[in-house]
Amino acid sequence: MTLLSTRAMTKNFAGLTAVNAVDFDLPKGEIRALIGPNGAGKTTFVSLLCGRIEPTSGTVEFDGADISHLPAHKRINLGMAYTFQITSVFARLSVFENVALAARKRVHGTAQVAQAVHAALDQVDLNDRAEQIAGDLSYGHQRLLEIAMGLVQRPRLLILDEPTQGLTDSEIDAFKALVRGLKDTTTILLIEHNMSVVMETADRITVLNFGEILAEGTPTEIHADARVQAAYLGTG
Amino acid sequence: MSDRQKTVLLHGGLLALLLGLQFVLPAYHHGNLARIMVLAVYAMGYNIMFGYTGLLSLGHALFFAAGMYGMGMSVQLLGATPAPAMIGGLIAGAVVAAALGALALRTADVAFMIVTLMFAQAGYLAVLYFGSVTRGDEGFVIQQAQRMMMGIDLSDATNRYFAAFILFALCLIAVLWLVQSPFGKVLVAIRENEERARMLGYDVFRHKLIAVILSGTMSAAAGAAYGLLFGYVGATFASVQYSIFPLLWVLLGGAGTALGPFIGTLFMFYLIDLSSNVTSAYMLIAGVALVVLTLFAPQGLIGEVRSRIWRWLP
Ligand SMILES: Nc1ncnc2c1ncn2[C@@H]1O[C@H](COP(=O)(O)OP(=O)(O)OP(=O)(O)O)[C@@H](O)[C@H]1O
Ligand SMILES: [Mg+2]
Repeated sequence: MTLLSTRAMTKNFAGLTAVNAVDFDLPKGEIRALIGPNGAGKTTFVSLLCGRIEPTSGTVEFDGADISHLPAHKRINLGMAYTFQITSVFARLSVFENVALAARKRVHGTAQVAQAVHAALDQVDLNDRAEQIAGDLSYGHQRLLEIAMGLVQRPRLLILDEPTQGLTDSEIDAFKALVRGLKDTTTILLIEHNMSVVMETADRITVLNFGEILAEGTPTEIHADARVQAAYLGTG
Repeated sequence: MSDRQKTVLLHGGLLALLLGLQFVLPAYHHGNLARIMVLAVYAMGYNIMFGYTGLLSLGHALFFAAGMYGMGMSVQLLGATPAPAMIGGLIAGAVVAAALGALALRTADVAFMIVTLMFAQAGYLAVLYFGSVTRGDEGFVIQQAQRMMMGIDLSDATNRYFAAFILFALCLIAVLWLVQSPFGKVLVAIRENEERARMLGYDVFRHKLIAVILSGTMSAAAGAAYGLLFGYVGATFASVQYSIFPLLWVLLGGAGTALGPFIGTLFMFYLIDLSSNVTSAYMLIAGVALVVLTLFAPQGLIGEVRSRIWRWLP
């Protein structure tokens, strides 16, 4: 069953077509990687899904309903979560409060929120830093905090925009395991430049190039695709 | 001791102190403190928007005056007694705040400042324009007979202090409760990173609108109480000067702290009071003191205390 789909999704920025008439379908329960060279339109495309930016034209369906005209916060409340490519935590608030703000949409009551927060921080191994100010964390740890803020929402669709950027090798390994562990409960759309993460976690891969879908298939198929090699893998 | 206990102890201690002070203060300072408590309520209302939500308004005199005239007109035109007149003031404030919020929140940053300023200016001009009922610049006095609330004479110094204290205590407790509630924490999240708050699923516009209404209503409560307790309603209170005051008080005391508005109001009141005893150029002294404070305590007095000593301060 399809959880999310777009039809003719298009976004123009002052003359530049960042996303060009994209038809995209994401089945429930899948881990889908979205790859493509810098400037291919990946961030723009997922921003159109969650309503962070307005499309020029095109429609989005989520769980069978047309959500094209819903504002971002309503889409999030339907069960989407979005983690930012450019780290966007509440820099002056504590790590705990950052995750708690994400948790309070779903759970209520001080004790329940605290429990959910610590569970999410455990998943990214940040629990010992819960009381620190988020802005004082290293870049990699802020990335992990972003992920924890996504996880605690227990979304049906989790959109991760380059989550492993700035993580150490061991943190990346932990991240791969984390993503695989979410498979039973969460559909994941993962923008990723790190090919080992893509190959080891994704069920299928969509390749975006110049705002258009260049190819779609399993990791093996994509790896073997000559056009993808030329546009991306070869140069990346 | 948990942070919550410390918070209760500190703020409860201040309230106990203010309650006790009325028995020992000389008449002059007693009167001042009553006035300061009412003005601090105005500053606390302002702080909900500016300090906690990050919305810089330059038009809060509109709310202060809405409360004052809502109260004053209820007394003058409808012959209301103080309690219903206060409610009239609160309703006027809430309605004006809802209308201003619905319009002004379509803008942000500098545009928001300008829009609030223009609305307040329109309110001021409306007070002057409808001079036949508002008495414009000259204003009108609320007579002693009109200030009797259930047999209590609000023009009496002790009763007045007590009334001001009760209003101040209620508003301080309301603010403490608000800023530690999930709703209040979303306001802070919006102040810190609006886009992120939105992408966590929070309806930013709705939260801001409620913040404006709460802020406007509390400011209106201060305006209504000020008119009632000190017996005068006039257009000065709708002027731009009264929009700037709460901003200064909150900046001095510490934006986004529960105690800051009171401390800032107290500080500025006595700064002007003391320097005007010394010289006629008292605004100069006040100005220099403000500049020094901004340089050395940019987060305001309580803001500095929070960042240096008591991190738990709400
Ligand atoms: N707000 C904007 N205004 C104008 N142009 C934009 C805006 N956002 C993105 N673009 C342009 O749209 C194109 C796609 O950008 P986008 O950020 O979606 O790429 P991306 O695939 O996420 O790249 P990266 O891998 O570097 O993150 C780029 O050419 C970019 O410069
Ligand atoms: Mg991107």
